[in-house]
Amino acid sequence: MSGIRFDGVCVAYDGNTVLDRLDLTVEPGEVMALLGPSGSGKTTALRAVAGFVRPVAGRVLIGGRDVTALPPHKRGIGMVVQQYALFPHMRVEDNVAFGLKAQKAPKSEIPGRVAEALEMTGMAAYARRYPRELSGGQQQRVAIARALAIRPGVLLLDEPLSALDAQLRSGMLAELARLHRELPDVSILYVTHDQVEALTLADRIAVMDRARLQDCGTPQELYRAPRTEFTASFVGNANLLPVTVADGGAVFEGRALTLDRGRAAPGAAATLCVRPHLLGLGAGPNALSGTIAEVQWRGSTHRLYVDVDGHRLKADLPELRETPALGDRVTLHFEPRDAVLLAAGVSRA
Amino acid sequence: MPRSVWALPPVVVLAVLFLYPLALVVQQSLTPDNGGGAFDAYARVFGSRAFLDALGTTVWLAVGATLGCLVLGFTLALVIAFVPFPGARAVAKFIDVFLSFPSFLITLALLFVYGTVGMANGLVTEFTGAAEGPFHFLTTPWGVLLAEITYFTPFVIRPLLAAFSQLETAQLEVAAGLGARPARIVRRVILPEALPALGAGGSLVLVMCLNEFGIVLFTGAKDVTTLPMLIYGKAILESDYPAACVVAVVNIAISVGLFGLYRVVSKRAGA
Repeated sequence: MSGIRFDGVCVAYDGNTVLDRLDLTVEPGEVMALLGPSGSGKTTALRAVAGFVRPVAGRVLIGGRDVTALPPHKRGIGMVVQQYALFPHMRVEDNVAFGLKAQKAPKSEIPGRVAEALEMTGMAAYARRYPRELSGGQQQRVAIARALAIRPGVLLLDEPLSALDAQLRSGMLAELARLHRELPDVSILYVTHDQVEALTLADRIAVMDRARLQDCGTPQELYRAPRTEFTASFVGNANLLPVTVADGGAVFEGRALTLDRGRAAPGAAATLCVRPHLLGLGAGPNALSGTIAEVQWRGSTHRLYVDVDGHRLKADLPELRETPALGDRVTLHFEPRDAVLLAAGVSRA
Repeated sequence: MPRSVWALPPVVVLAVLFLYPLALVVQQSLTPDNGGGAFDAYARVFGSRAFLDALGTTVWLAVGATLGCLVLGFTLALVIAFVPFPGARAVAKFIDVFLSFPSFLITLALLFVYGTVGMANGLVTEFTGAAEGPFHFLTTPWGVLLAEITYFTPFVIRPLLAAFSQLETAQLEVAAGLGARPARIVRRVILPEALPALGAGGSLVLVMCLNEFGIVLFTGAKDVTTLPMLIYGKAILESDYPAACVVAVVNIAISVGLFGLYRVVSKRAGA
């Protein structure tokens, strides 16, 4: 069982810091998603674990062992990347056997372990094919089999589903979840910019932005009670409203709002976070009136954009029978328990 | 006017300036002006010791130089492409320039370094007081081999660098992550994917080495007679045109055959 620990890891290229003092622990057997926009440092963090970038400061530990100075081939890591990176001149079985041969596994063991890895990923029937004879989804399964064949303690997944179409992606997501149930000892570091992948698969999510770790917690914690504005908007695309904290609630543009949860002292400036799907249409507690700026039909839901005193709110509502027109005045409301107060501007500090 | 008329001028120029003289060479080799039946000259040349020696020398020098270029070119291309060092791009650019140099220039440069009165021998004689230096290999076949490898290696490096730039870095990284040392990555991942480029560069160098004249002439290696040298000797020094034409026809046949092979290989390499 081996976990991963980042201990104040800094990475810089030509004086530009691309990863700034990362402290993070991935427990043995845990799936940790590194979630963030491009340029947030998440891939750099993964590459530091693999050994492709050398930190300028800090240490990387795998299974308690300091690997900061070890070359990649001595780290024993399985890795799956976005573009599959299968060896084009090798058959599927030789691709999967590559790591075993490189690690000098006994010759008699190799065929069995290749078959086992291919079986696990549902690719056993394709062992004799070349990568070019497979679809994108099949190629990614082979890449996963190749990574699992060496029975790594740590599996690094770098945007593994980004090159697949939406339908394949949700299927592969379920496959990855199943694989992790079958291999509960493997620690997985999963880099993605897709919050759905992170929310679905991860035990915990580390949210990254601008080379820094912004937030870390279980998917539920981050979704229901984000600690920063960045987390609130990047995970679940929340509405953020500038408010002043009041006793038992907050004041937004002169309106008193009732809230169940508050962290700040009355009078302080804060940001109110409300998820789009927790807003209701029509009168109710914490009513906010405004004009319709845009209506999007999304099949089972309608997304309304409503301008309230110069702030644009997003509301996701079950499909409406009567769609409001642009410029109509509507009222939105939310339950006191459904909003979270954040200290203003913490994520941009 | 039919459009094919436009094809006429280039065809005429080509015919007058190139194909006609070539046909004359072939004709001269078959029916010599100085008498004798068809293939008499062939029988005479093929039976001569000088021709067989030249053919052997040409082939082993060309094959040896090609193998040398492949090994040296592959190694240098690996370093230029995969070992990050400042100036790697400048080196790659310089290789492009190198391709435009005339071949005898390299030989001249080697003469300055390793020639009988070159720098290397000069240094040794100065320090030891000996009458002459230890380096005399430049006038032997080994000197020709060294000069050909030096000059033709960039012709192998060029297509290899193009092939390496197509190689996904992710493949190399995944291979390293799976536990492969650099040597295994080169052998199992890079080399198989570079084979078409090696084949294309190698067959090009082989053809050029078979026909190389300037390098052999400039090393001043009297005992090294290749087919182009033999043609020169027969035609200019001995005025034996039929024999020169026979050797030329053989040389052309080998070159065209190998060029065909080069085309096939380079097509498969996508070059």
